[in-house]
Amino acid sequence: MIRVTRKVEFSAAHFYHNPNLSPEENRRIFGKCNNPRGHGHNYVLEVTIAGEPDPTTGMVLDLKELKDILQREVVDRMDHRHLNYEVPELAGQIPTCENIAAVIWNLLAPKISQGKLDRVRVYESPDLFADCTADGDASGGRGAA
Amino acid sequence: MKISVTRRYRFAASHRLYSPELSEAENRRVYGKCSNLHGHGHNYVVEVTLTGPVDPATGMVANLGELDPFVEREVIDVFDHKNLNEEVADFQSYVPTTENLVQAIYRRLERFPAARLDRVRVEETSNNSFELSREEARTLRVES
Repeated sequence: MIRVTRKVEFSAAHFYHNPNLSPEENRRIFGKCNNPRGHGHNYVLEVTIAGEPDPTTGMVLDLKELKDILQREVVDRMDHRHLNYEVPELAGQIPTCENIAAVIWNLLAPKISQGKLDRVRVYESPDLFADCTADGDASGGRGAA
Repeated sequence: MKISVTRRYRFAASHRLYSPELSEAENRRVYGKCSNLHGHGHNYVVEVTLTGPVDPATGMVANLGELDPFVEREVIDVFDHKNLNEEVADFQSYVPTTENLVQAIYRRLERFPAARLDRVRVEETSNNSFELSREEARTLRVES
């Protein structure tokens, strides 16, 4: 099995606010990310496809096709947009990199026809990223075992 | 679907690779210039990966408002601008290789109460990194 990763960037605005919480709770939990005027990031998306190389082409998938899918499904939807207001898939969710990764996974999974979607990684900054993968135990679990 | 979140932190520290169980000549042979009597240092990068359910109220696996101060207290305050051999209790009986350092850091961070530690990766330099996952950590024990 070979894993192929394609990277694409998009820039977007967001802020964190849960309408079910008080203004004080929002400020306590989300800190400066709660600023209602928003802020932005240069997001970096890494999409990994796993599969066996086709014996004829030597490729797991056509990267041009993946590039077009990423452009259509992610960049056209999110680049230079406000994630709280302009991306319906994120409606009702806090636009954290965890949730963005899950939304992108759900957008891409049905579109990948060659190989299998293996990992969606969303960097909010070089020091913070979220991974969405299919494997692992779904139970997760909070707190140290 | 499994979601994890990874955060990178930095600290700078000095160390000397030297095993009291080996002779001077063996230490020089095994550790080379890393065994230099007066030590040397690195800018370490610590990559911390947590997994768990995404809290619908916050959209987060772990709130960085809780994780950052925890890592600051448990790791950065302990290791940053220190001599690992002389000032960190973890290395009283272990050589401060980054293999041992990643285990010591793992033990400290697995106490984080709000999400499950999945992996710790330590870069000693941009060319060398050392990684310990939850599965592997079960079989390794370093007192910390």
